[in-house]
Amino acid sequence: MSEKTMEKREKGRLAKLIDSFGLPRLIITLFLLLLLILAPFVGADLPTQITNIIARFSWNGILVLAMVPMVHSGCGLNFGLPLGIISGLLGATISIELGFSGAMSFVMAILIATPFALIFGTGYGWLLNKIKGGEMMIATYVGFSSVSMMCMMWLILPYKSPNMVWGMAGKGLRTTISLEGYYDKVLANFLRIQIGNLEIPVGTLLFFAVFALGIWAFLHTKTGTAMTAVGSNPVFAKAAGINVDRIRMLSVIMSTWLAAVGILVYEQGFGFIQLYMAPFYMALPAVSAILIGGASVNKASIMNVIIGTILFQGIVTMTPTVMNNMIHMDMSEVIRIIVSNGMILYALTRKTEGSR
Amino acid sequence: MSSEMKPLLEMRNISKDFFGNQVLTDINLTLGEGEVIGLVGENGAGKSTLMRILFGADMIRETGGYGGEIRLDGEVKHFSSPFDAIAAGIGMVHQEFSLIPGFTTTENILLNREPVRKNLLSEIFGDRMNTLNRSEMDERAANAIEMMGVSIDRRMVISEMPVGHKQFTEIARELSKEQLRLLILDEPTAVLTEKEAEALLASIRGMAARGIAIIFITHRLQEILAVCDRVVVMRDGYVVNESKASETNVSEITKWMVGRDVKSPSKTEAAVRSGDAKTIMKIEKLWVDMPGETVRNVSLEVKDGEILGIGGLAGQGKLGIPNGIMGLYQAGGKVTFEGQEIPLNSPRKCLDSSFAFVSEDRRGVGLLLDESLEWNIAFPAMQIQNKFLKNYLGGLIKWRDEKAIKSVTDRYISELAIKCTSSAQKARELSGGNQQKVCLAKAFALNPRMLFVSEPTRGIDVGAKALVLEALKKFNRENGVTIVIVSSELEELRQSCDRIAIVSGGRIAGILPASSSVEDLGALMLSQVV
Repeated sequence: MSEKTMEKREKGRLAKLIDSFGLPRLIITLFLLLLLILAPFVGADLPTQITNIIARFSWNGILVLAMVPMVHSGCGLNFGLPLGIISGLLGATISIELGFSGAMSFVMAILIATPFALIFGTGYGWLLNKIKGGEMMIATYVGFSSVSMMCMMWLILPYKSPNMVWGMAGKGLRTTISLEGYYDKVLANFLRIQIGNLEIPVGTLLFFAVFALGIWAFLHTKTGTAMTAVGSNPVFAKAAGINVDRIRMLSVIMSTWLAAVGILVYEQGFGFIQLYMAPFYMALPAVSAILIGGASVNKASIMNVIIGTILFQGIVTMTPTVMNNMIHMDMSEVIRIIVSNGMILYALTRKTEGSR
Repeated sequence: MSSEMKPLLEMRNISKDFFGNQVLTDINLTLGEGEVIGLVGENGAGKSTLMRILFGADMIRETGGYGGEIRLDGEVKHFSSPFDAIAAGIGMVHQEFSLIPGFTTTENILLNREPVRKNLLSEIFGDRMNTLNRSEMDERAANAIEMMGVSIDRRMVISEMPVGHKQFTEIARELSKEQLRLLILDEPTAVLTEKEAEALLASIRGMAARGIAIIFITHRLQEILAVCDRVVVMRDGYVVNESKASETNVSEITKWMVGRDVKSPSKTEAAVRSGDAKTIMKIEKLWVDMPGETVRNVSLEVKDGEILGIGGLAGQGKLGIPNGIMGLYQAGGKVTFEGQEIPLNSPRKCLDSSFAFVSEDRRGVGLLLDESLEWNIAFPAMQIQNKFLKNYLGGLIKWRDEKAIKSVTDRYISELAIKCTSSAQKARELSGGNQQKVCLAKAFALNPRMLFVSEPTRGIDVGAKALVLEALKKFNRENGVTIVIVSSELEELRQSCDRIAIVSGGRIAGILPASSSVEDLGALMLSQVV
């Protein structure tokens, strides 16, 4: 009898471990490890691959972090991320237009993006407070429509800088703008470590760490605690005298601003500003990254952000390389789409489980 | 009457643990045809888990199954879902209603088991196109209702019914299943008025006479004695006693349940003092738009340092009073506290005037179910009074003081004897009584001048009930806090309050000293019913 119960206990413990880490997360981790092991055998250079993963982690970290405030306040996943990204793009293009260059252009881009993020975030937050319960659906459409709106604006707005406008017409911004001479790799090259083929962009990682620490600290303050409580049970928060709408609004503004900063960091790593439809494709990877990291629709931690971004970006960079080398066919985009959409689907089915 | 009968149900050596946490140990239970057993025990004693095992609930399987075996008619059964259990003739009426509000009684009783007629469409498109046989439905519903020996309107829509009738509808639904042999009633009388409860008890006897075995779970021990053949008492996952109902009494059962002597909450010196105390709160012409508990015109004076009880029948508006004053529902009128007017419809203003409120809706309003006890207890005090915070940069950064939060939580855990694994446990995982204690601790941590407590003992067992009431009285005595208790249980108000105001039809029908007789208070309750 005792042996039997022991066995049962053992099983229970294993089940609990899997439960706490999440079976899909476990599978993805193992898959990523498998890819890393396979890489050298199919002819991919491992240090280069690891460099890629780290670099992509550093570019995307803050965009994923932008999910955290809204998840905590119960607004769900920020599918309206493009709105914040657009604020960032406005900051970037105006900073260049005004003639700033080098590291200064990065600082100015953030400063200029900030008022846009505040204004857009306020409007977005106001809207989300009107439609409690359907946030994620509305957020998706806010993202869609803001991207479309800006597609027109990029053409109309009176930008003049020859580095940004179409060569022939002399007006209207190009789809892709090179950042050379501006803030290309300003963070990545700061304190960069290079060992053979392995490259670590310490500056970008530090920048991410500062923001992650900031959010972590914020969640430990009085207001941060209120934010978590609002997400956990809004009626409880109201009964404790919290202005629920104001806290939700704050979370949306934070999220929007983080997205603005996040896209600037992404650009400095990537080396280009991408306009028009590009912001459209930024929300889903960020959403799936935080979900892979183990967050649910109303619970997310900094650890979820870090683990999720590493796993997601790891899969996204490794799978195409390894696959392509194995079967000599370009499948990268297909795999990327399957992984990111599959994870979103999985996470949304878990929504009820994360119960309120 | 049962011992010589062939057992219908046998549960042998049932045990169950949730990831190493043993909640049931070696439970044996037998039940004969037409026998009624009463299952009692404090919250968390394992009654619900045992019934879930019997009913094949999913959560049992998901958490690793159970040990031991269940036999029906001597045959080992293993229910993998409630459907199997229903097919085997087991019916269960849960504490929460599962009825469709917009459907009539008949429709709810026969939902998805309606007698049907074939028609042209169904010949072509299959059975889903059959039409309902209304007249036969009516007949079958009438039969089921008649079996209970009560009369409820078969055509009434559920949403318009009083709670008692909803409960009867639930039971009728189980009765209308022909294969029903064993009926589990989980606290069916908790929401009923005394009269309705009596009717229910009578119908239990009727059902038993027809050969249906019944497991009756309730906290009202009198009912058990009135209707059951045997009483099974559970404590901490064990069956501690099993005896014939005719051979025991309430105090004996109580003793078995809690494993210690429970003094019934004592009457203190309080009663005398209210006469000359000054008025601390004055409520004038209050109206509150709380669905189902509308307050129409309440004027009331609360004296400094007293415990005022507010009683009344369900739906008459007694719950609306604290909810309205605290700003959770739209309200109007004038409330003055210590001579200052308190603005209505603003929870924050009330809390700043050092009011506190323990809601009757524990899980909905009272708790952060997914957060730790620490958060639950410290949160309002932190947000409203800036307690448990460390200030940095001249107050610019208000950092959560985890240590202070843990210590205050631990203090209340030991003070109120909250049963939990640690202060970091999630509120969801506690039993009802312990959750109620957490709600009280949350209010106490605010150090209020004025405390509203709504239905403090709803759905919790005798042991916890006595503790909760005692804690309130102690808080009142030691800190001089004025307390307003709103409760449906007159007896409880009479034991703990100085004065009792009875609400009827959304108005105060009268205020009597707590020593008044139940008859007087009862007469007031019915005086203005709408």
